Amino acid sequence: MSDMNAIRLQENYLPSQNPVAYRGGGFSTIPLRWVGFVVFAVVLFIAEWGTRAGWISALTLPRPYEVLITFQNLYTSGLLFDHLFPSLSRLFMGALIGVTSGISIGVLIGLFSYVRAGLVPVVAAIFPIPKIALLPLFVIWFGIGEGSKYALIAFGTFTPTVVATYGAVDNVDRTLIRMGQSFGLSWFSIVRKIVLPGAMPGILSGLRISLAIAIILLVAAEMLGAEFGIGAYILEAGSLYDLERLFAGVVILSILGVLVSAALGVLERRILAWRI
Amino acid sequence: MEIRIDSVSHSYGSVEVLSDISVEISSGLIICLVGPSGCGKSTLLRFLGGLELPTDGRILQIGEPPKDSLNPLTFVFQDFALLPWRTVSGNISLVLEDHKIRGKEAKEIIDDVLTRTKLKDFSSALPKQLSGGMKQRVAIARALAVNPAVMLMDEPLSALDAQTRELLMEDLVNLWSRQPFTAVYVTHNLAEAVRLGHRVIVLSRRPGQVREIVEIDTPLDKRTVGDVQLEQIQQKLWNLMRDEARAADEELVNV
Repeated sequence: MSDMNAIRLQENYLPSQNPVAYRGGGFSTIPLRWVGFVVFAVVLFIAEWGTRAGWISALTLPRPYEVLITFQNLYTSGLLFDHLFPSLSRLFMGALIGVTSGISIGVLIGLFSYVRAGLVPVVAAIFPIPKIALLPLFVIWFGIGEGSKYALIAFGTFTPTVVATYGAVDNVDRTLIRMGQSFGLSWFSIVRKIVLPGAMPGILSGLRISLAIAIILLVAAEMLGAEFGIGAYILEAGSLYDLERLFAGVVILSILGVLVSAALGVLERRILAWRI
Repeated sequence: MEIRIDSVSHSYGSVEVLSDISVEISSGLIICLVGPSGCGKSTLLRFLGGLELPTDGRILQIGEPPKDSLNPLTFVFQDFALLPWRTVSGNISLVLEDHKIRGKEAKEIIDDVLTRTKLKDFSSALPKQLSGGMKQRVAIARALAVNPAVMLMDEPLSALDAQTRELLMEDLVNLWSRQPFTAVYVTHNLAEAVRLGHRVIVLSRRPGQVREIVEIDTPLDKRTVGDVQLEQIQQKLWNLMRDEARAADEELVNV
């Protein structure tokens, strides 16, 4: 009782009442989709304005409008699809080979000590090799046709996929594996029902990197022995210093990148719906 | 089926964790293992379930497990260990699939254990949608589904808040009263031990040794909060453990 009185007494002597200052904000991001579009629009607007007004010379940057016209011509002439289809099939085949072998090897590295001890140094050794440098070699090994192009893209996507996959397998909750063992699940069941689904988030985020690398390597793959393809188109425009066509090609690659990333986003939301 | 722990000792490197433990796990009773932290009680439980091997001594299984027992030694883990990508019924069917139990037969078992753990309405929920207490009930349902001869419970209520723990203890008492099961129940909570244990084994601090075995005769469903006799037993257990716990707490950890 006397304690309460003492506290009340104290309160009576406190004259000012200020709200406690809020200091808990920041350090968390909220999704703002429109901002990206605004940034794109502003950049394009500045480029268009600068090239029209003359304070950006036509040698340094093509006019966005001209690029659009070039792109339209490409589309109406039907050449767009002549270039797009070979590229897409190279991208698909190369990435498919690279990603499937990468995930398989990555899982094996994650599960078996001998495979890990044997292959992790090998992967570390081939990761930093610029795959473009090996293109002539691939042409000898796999031929000047599609083979060398698949091989280059597959090789480029393989290493990041392996690293992401065995990292993901390492990160699978050990208590879940223990649980599987304690219920007498077979080794194969544990791998299929616990390890693989548990590694899926890591594998999918590794795919984002691998597939972006696949698109980068597409241009390199079409450096030798390709008449059609987005990469061949860009390289040809570059050697002729045709900036409009160069940029039209680059825009296609960018759009491709955005589409792949969006497709992965959809995939993640479907496969990883169980995550918080 | 009974289990005998036959002079088991264990060390991690130069650190001796358990020293010469011999205990009988008799059928149909809940045996509580209590002791200060680091005394090796969870390790002992992993030996019982065959998840780890002791450096010395043996765990003996006496008699054959019942024919209908799919997984005689079954764990209930402290952190539930539910697969987050499977629904409640999916998590239970996980442990049946390897025994070739699928379809209608599996559904019957799943329905039965979910009814017994009062989870019938949540069979298609994902673990992330459940509260901690419900997650542990799912884990208990999963353990019941394989018809264990001995349930090995590793601090099953430690990750839960006090109210939920109280409710789940009542659930466990009800489960046992309706159909007695054998269980080894590891806990550091003496209130849980006197509430659920027919026999409480007190381990000393590291290296863990059997300090004392306390029998509690009051039937499980007659035990209430504030029961004088139980309070006395809990006090006795605490007296046994206090110095051990203090000493264990002040030890440097060289692991």
